Amino acid sequence: MNFLSIFVLIPLLMLPALWLCRNIKGLRAVMVTGSTALLIAAVWLVFKFIGDRAAGMTDEFLYTASVDWFTPLHIKYAVGVDGISVAMLLLSAIIVFTGTFASWKINPLPKEYFLWFILLSLGVFGFFISVDMFTMFMFYEVALIPMYLLIGVWGTGRKEYSAMKLTLMLMGGSAFLMFGIFGIFYGAGGQTMNVFEIAHQTGGAHAIDFSAQCLFFPLTFIGFGVLGALFPFHTWSPDGHASAPTAVSMLHAGVLMKLGGYGCFRIAMYLLPEGAQELSWIFLILTGISVVYGALSACVQTDLKYINAYSSVSHCGLVLFALLMLNNTAGSGAIMQMLSHGLMTALFFALIGMIYGRTHTRDIRELSGLMRIMPFLSVGYIIVGLANLGLPGFSGFVAEMTIFVGSFQNNDTFHRVLTIAACSSIVVTAVYILRMVGKILYGKCTNEHHLQLTDATWEERFCVGCLIACIAGLGLFPGWVSHLVHDGVAPIIHQLGAVAHTVSQSNPFL
Amino acid sequence: MDYQYTLLIILLPLLSFLIIGLGERWLSHKVAGLIGTTSLGITAILSAYTAISYFTADRVEGIYQTLVPYNFNWLPFHDMGLHFDMGIMLDPISVMMLVIITSVSLMVHIYSFGYMHGERGFQRFYAFLSLFTMSMLGLVVATNLFQMYMFWELVGVCSYLLIGFYYTEKAAIAASKKAFIVTRFADLAFLIGILVFGYYTQSFAFDFTQSAVYLNGAAPAVTVEYSKTLAGAAFILPTALFLMFIGGAGKSAMFPLHIWLPDAMEGPTPVSALIHAATMVVAGVIQVARLFPLWVEYAPETLHIVAWIGAATAFYAAAVACVQSDIKRVLAFSTISQIAFMIVALGVCMPGHEHGVIDNHASLGYMASLFHLFTHAMFKATLFLGAGCIIHAVHSNEMSHMGGLRKYMPITHITFLIATLAIAGIPPFSGFFSKDEILAAAFHYSPIMGWVMTGIAAMTAFYMFRVYYGIFWGKENEHYKEHTPHEQPLVMTLPLIFLTLFTFVGGWAIPGSFGSLISATGEAYHIHLDPQIAITSVVIAVCAIALATWMYARPTQPVADRLQKNFSSLHTWAYHRFYIDEVYQFVTHRIIFAYVSRPIAWFDRHCVDGFFDFLAWGANRLGYSIRGLQSGSVQRYAFVFFLGTLLLLILMIL
Repeated sequence: MNFLSIFVLIPLLMLPALWLCRNIKGLRAVMVTGSTALLIAAVWLVFKFIGDRAAGMTDEFLYTASVDWFTPLHIKYAVGVDGISVAMLLLSAIIVFTGTFASWKINPLPKEYFLWFILLSLGVFGFFISVDMFTMFMFYEVALIPMYLLIGVWGTGRKEYSAMKLTLMLMGGSAFLMFGIFGIFYGAGGQTMNVFEIAHQTGGAHAIDFSAQCLFFPLTFIGFGVLGALFPFHTWSPDGHASAPTAVSMLHAGVLMKLGGYGCFRIAMYLLPEGAQELSWIFLILTGISVVYGALSACVQTDLKYINAYSSVSHCGLVLFALLMLNNTAGSGAIMQMLSHGLMTALFFALIGMIYGRTHTRDIRELSGLMRIMPFLSVGYIIVGLANLGLPGFSGFVAEMTIFVGSFQNNDTFHRVLTIAACSSIVVTAVYILRMVGKILYGKCTNEHHLQLTDATWEERFCVGCLIACIAGLGLFPGWVSHLVHDGVAPIIHQLGAVAHTVSQSNPFL
Repeated sequence: MDYQYTLLIILLPLLSFLIIGLGERWLSHKVAGLIGTTSLGITAILSAYTAISYFTADRVEGIYQTLVPYNFNWLPFHDMGLHFDMGIMLDPISVMMLVIITSVSLMVHIYSFGYMHGERGFQRFYAFLSLFTMSMLGLVVATNLFQMYMFWELVGVCSYLLIGFYYTEKAAIAASKKAFIVTRFADLAFLIGILVFGYYTQSFAFDFTQSAVYLNGAAPAVTVEYSKTLAGAAFILPTALFLMFIGGAGKSAMFPLHIWLPDAMEGPTPVSALIHAATMVVAGVIQVARLFPLWVEYAPETLHIVAWIGAATAFYAAAVACVQSDIKRVLAFSTISQIAFMIVALGVCMPGHEHGVIDNHASLGYMASLFHLFTHAMFKATLFLGAGCIIHAVHSNEMSHMGGLRKYMPITHITFLIATLAIAGIPPFSGFFSKDEILAAAFHYSPIMGWVMTGIAAMTAFYMFRVYYGIFWGKENEHYKEHTPHEQPLVMTLPLIFLTLFTFVGGWAIPGSFGSLISATGEAYHIHLDPQIAITSVVIAVCAIALATWMYARPTQPVADRLQKNFSSLHTWAYHRFYIDEVYQFVTHRIIFAYVSRPIAWFDRHCVDGFFDFLAWGANRLGYSIRGLQSGSVQRYAFVFFLGTLLLLILMIL
């Protein structure tokens, strides 16, 4: 048993513990204990990983272990981490920890809610520690199903419709994904599902036939891309986020959408490098559209959660966009953007949930002058808004700058034009963020029912404070994160650089 | 001397921001103000000490050395050796800016004790002032373009927060939003310029001449031979520089990106003095000056385009300023016009006789521009703080609510008059000396530019005296009887007096003249007044003042009224700033929102989403239409079974 499995074991133990709880106090105690343990484990792992790297452990994946699970199909429970997964585990642990506080007063059915919540986290953690394609896929599915119930039961608005739509679209993505995974498995000789082994077998992932790569790369990329809000498969995101309860929105936008980007990078691009080089241009255009289109759509939305969901489309689009730029800087930037977007969006959704819990409306036309009524939440909202539009000192700035510098290293008109288009989203982001902040927080309060509302409670303050601290920490001291994620990005980019044709033959714009 | 303490200059304001910002709820107004002012006071002393020790240190080969006490790799980029450094660079420009920023900021901190007295959000105000000061200091000491960009964005945000300080006022919200978005738009060009520059030169560092001395183990930046890197692509550096200049034009409110600055006057007046007159708005000038060696060597033609943009802006702003009735707006347009003077001065510089060598004489404008930056910061801050006193006294920004105030507010009157004389270019006040150098540089470039700028200088004198007479002379307003205006407390007048002192002596009291501190080559350059230009400009300025006196100093203003009547359409156009704002409003609201964003949002909901809903609906319908087959009726199943068997049998037989 490898110590990485602790990330699966803790949620697994929390499940029966929650089951046995008799009242909300017990549930909270279990949740706080468990999520704190996860957070401590994640932080400890970061330190251990950095320390071991500094001590000269140069393996691509550290702390690997593999247990046979179903030998005839070569399915193993294989774990291991590199810089990217360490960063993602930390992100997940932070979001689960703060999400616990954001759902402090969940009603009704708190026990069931927390059970599903933890099952979802289990899937997420399992996904990030796995290095076996099949295990990853399994955990991926584990993370998807609870979402349906969490939205359908505890959601708001058109919750059944949204839950169904979200699940069906993501399941559709899974169908593509399964094809893609089996394509890789058989293309690589049908001997192993282990990502690392496929990548490093004789001839590496290049051993997979070129035409097969060109077939399976789009399948895998779209399969994961649906979860990463790839245009035009992003439409589950606005509805799903709008209907989801606060902590579920946080977890979904903060972590689950990262599964998409992570999978695209780790499986689609790492194992199908030729396909990625050849076809990246199609997806670059799609993600470029995501970035600008999401931002422009956000400008005219009137529901706070829709604004934020479209903003997520734009920012997650930037993640995939940067990955497809196929170089170290942009790749590192993409992973940093995942971290940054995860933290910022989680905070955004947490604050929207807190405001909604008081005002019972998310329509920006009905809200105004909240600054005087709930100063703490409003200040938090302004901070995260400014972080979202790339205020230096917060994580968004460093991630975006890394992405833009990296993207600009591709010296041809096609990439340049797309990069400049993506850059222009920073202006549009400013427009929708300031519009929203100006409408709901500034001005005078016009609704007298809102005048009696109270500011944040202690657990809400704690949740918001933690997330702001993380965003600022990442934004002020980005060096270590950049090195950490670069550690994982470099081998994948190296693999992508070692293909036969580094210039796409099919791209008509070159 | 290793200048390690310079880190404190940045950190102290940051610390006071954090203390006041986090402790807002627990700190009283007085304590918050004192924390901010004390930290700024220490910062100002440190800056002054830095300046004295820097400028009295020995020159190396006639040049003040560029010192880098700190420089570290803040954010690595993993390709091509690019990295995002943070550090502190001391050279004549940054040392001068340290002194300007901290002294004006300190004055504003003290002044705000009186101006913001009892206001709600007093602590917040001081927190933002500290944050702004920190960001602006970080901007000027930046060792590389990216650090400059980072602090550039930070000052933009501070400006947004401070313009929107009165966040319950609609106008303030709109103005803050406008300021941020317009400058953000310009910053996009700056960012792209940095990307182009970084890609082709493989460096973001300001250390163009490889002469910087790295102290305290600071990491030297990668320096490049630009001519080698850019061989065969002569247009790249001009393009990159011009893109960056667009960013500077946004911050420095150059036409047509100036529209945010007049609206920014919705912020509290001390903010207008600090951010929108003395420091942040000159960021564009600082940026061009920082990149000056590249501009003048690799892109002199583009630099001249910049000069003409500056000239157009200066003229436009001066013309608009002549008819505004809100005193802060007049000062805002005058700021735009004066910054344009600095940009012109930089733009008219030329490479020396031999290509690739900066010549102090040919690049006189560089020195003139920074000289004017210095003097302008002092007299414009005086004017704004004076305007703040007046607004405090009469509770209005409109000139029609003022008049005859000289009796009631003697100190404000004298300081305002001195600053007005300085901006009008009357000796011996500081503005005369710097403006004269700018005009000399402009004449050196081309007589047309010289005369254009002289004309604009005359307009400056005219509109400033129009404001001066409108406030302090003329008919007393009838409201004074019920509410007598009075001189402001010492805490507000002392900063005025201090800044006026600088305005008075700034032009001639610097030992060995300003040119010995800052010049294009770094070698001491002795300023000598060109008597021809000096006399011409003074005579013209005096004429303009006389005209203003004749038109506006009397209780009634028949000439001005008649002019306004006869040229009413021109007056209306100028009063509405030639409707540039409306054009922007039209493009952003009518076109981008209505014809881009809305259709996209509609398309997303109805086409993209509709397609997936259609798939779901289709699957659903399909299920409904074939569910009849699973009816549960055994006879029917038997019938279908029988038919199927028969069909198979026939097929097998055939």
